[in-house]
Amino acid sequence: MQKAELLQGNDACVRGALAAGCRFFAGYPITPASEIAHGMARELPPLDGTFIQMEDEIASMGAVIGASLAGAKAMTGTSGPGFSLMQEHISYASIAEVPCVIIDVMRGGPSTGVPTHLAQGDVMQARWGAHGDHPMIVLAPSSVEECFRLTVEAFNLSEKYRTPVVILTDEVIAHMREKVILPSADEIKIFDRRKPTQPPEWFVPYRDPGTGVPPMPAFGEGYRYHVSGLVHDEMGYPTTRADEVDPFIQRLFHKISRDFDKLQWGEEYYTDDSTLDIVAFGSVARAAQRAVKQARERGMKVGLLKLQVLYPFMRRKVTKLMRNSPTILVPEINMGQISREVKRVNQGKCKVETLNKVAHETMTPQEILDKIGEIYA
Amino acid sequence: MPNGRHIIYDYLRTTKRFPHMWCPGCGLGTFLGAFLRAVDKSGYTKDQIVLISGIGCSGRISTYADFNTLHTTHGRALTFATGIKLTKPGLKVIVIMGDGDATAIGGNHFIHAARRNLDITAIVINNSVYGMTGGQVSPETPLDVRTTTSPYGNVESPFDICKLAEAAGAAFVARSTVYHVKLMERLIGRAIDRKGFDVLEIISQCPVQYGRRVGLKSPVEMLQWQKDHAVTQEKARGMSEEDLKDKIRIGALVDNEAPTYQEKLDAMKQSFKGVE
Repeated sequence: MQKAELLQGNDACVRGALAAGCRFFAGYPITPASEIAHGMARELPPLDGTFIQMEDEIASMGAVIGASLAGAKAMTGTSGPGFSLMQEHISYASIAEVPCVIIDVMRGGPSTGVPTHLAQGDVMQARWGAHGDHPMIVLAPSSVEECFRLTVEAFNLSEKYRTPVVILTDEVIAHMREKVILPSADEIKIFDRRKPTQPPEWFVPYRDPGTGVPPMPAFGEGYRYHVSGLVHDEMGYPTTRADEVDPFIQRLFHKISRDFDKLQWGEEYYTDDSTLDIVAFGSVARAAQRAVKQARERGMKVGLLKLQVLYPFMRRKVTKLMRNSPTILVPEINMGQISREVKRVNQGKCKVETLNKVAHETMTPQEILDKIGEIYA
Repeated sequence: MPNGRHIIYDYLRTTKRFPHMWCPGCGLGTFLGAFLRAVDKSGYTKDQIVLISGIGCSGRISTYADFNTLHTTHGRALTFATGIKLTKPGLKVIVIMGDGDATAIGGNHFIHAARRNLDITAIVINNSVYGMTGGQVSPETPLDVRTTTSPYGNVESPFDICKLAEAAGAAFVARSTVYHVKLMERLIGRAIDRKGFDVLEIISQCPVQYGRRVGLKSPVEMLQWQKDHAVTQEKARGMSEEDLKDKIRIGALVDNEAPTYQEKLDAMKQSFKGVE
């Protein structure tokens, strides 16, 4: 039986990463993500892992990609301004298909913004911040326990699909302390990247084995292959041929979208008979959960869908709500980012209400309850 | 060259579609030949070597050579190298960059990699210009030179890459020109053999984007310029400051022994074992 612990979200991310097998961390100091670096700097060297504080966030992502190519599970942690600097290499990890995990503890922006108060303004940056057309997996925990669990899953997904995975937390989730009982090592499922089984002379590094995800040897294992940020052919060499470029980019997207149904991770509360549903994520989902309970006590049929995967956007679960509820409410601590996705998949089926707060303070259950009352009035 | 077969053919990729993409008269081909011969002498196997490059004409070198190869982003090759070296210290990590790559966009990474004294060989191929993008001014373009982005003459002073590397803490700093091909090969070999952060500056020629803008009309004239302007360390000692003003010092300029990052890390990890 594991012991109960009092942990903050950032600590839980560290514990989750270590449990998933992460043995390399490169980062640059920034609040409110500092505790992730502190934890990694403390925990990794005794595990024979590597912690390095790089000269900036661009360098941190470069080192993370290098470590992953050499065979390590690797991660970095940052906040909005640093996340912007990392985008160049997130794009690289995407095209070169290098597994890695990036935690962005969102804080008030734009720019240096309101350090280091709460915000959820990096949703679109997480999805579209990197240049070029690329797929992206973005996870969003809303509790300390989820910080642990989703960090483990972020590594699993990055290893499974050979792709960068972003974990979006926010200042409240990162610094909030909760009692948690973390699972023991044998209760955690770990996925390691597939390696080639054929001898090196038979190895074609970027040939689709049927899953969309080519096996990945580490540097130094005898498979001398070429890794590049240029669009490449099956051998890894640069190509501009339309008949090679098109299937390559298609495969990058398809390797993730083919498992779209498996990535509908969310929790539903009171959605069976609801006539108004809330779609929320991160710390706002916690306030929304309370607001839903209070609304129910007042006889209002309100439900909640808490998103744990932001991208690929969980259209299956969201559109299911839309079939039953005439109204969807999307509260967020930004000017409306996930609500854009909800509106996109809605296609006029129901009314999408928004509740936006940009004072960079916690959204309270009362604020959401007031909005629910307004919609009901 | 046993049986008339050139050594480079043992190291060039047979799976890559040749010819290479460099212009006629470019110094990169001469460099690549010297590099592969130096690797051959080093005793490292192909599997042990990770060859990392940045972006630009020099960035394409990694595509052609049969090692573990990594073509990274512009200026950031050393950051990838850092992650690889720290994860697999047994691999020989060699980074090839251009002058814009290493000293403009990658300047910060360059000085910090040198400061850490990571066990990495960093080769900067300096052709004084951004070749691939159309001949723009670089941090290595001499004062007053007209390029596509300094049409009225360059008003910025260039870096001395070797002095920069030395000041930042590189253990070994050396310079050669492409003309001095034997010296270049020897210095590459020395850098590969050494531990610590080694910087090797190679003065190269870009006839297409640079030479014709400075009145050097052919690759041969550019190589002649290299020959005329390079002075060895021994020769430089007997020359006055005035005579050395427009000269390029070649040879090993700095050769220090200092504990590497890995050695310090190993010592730290050893202390954990003591605690247990």
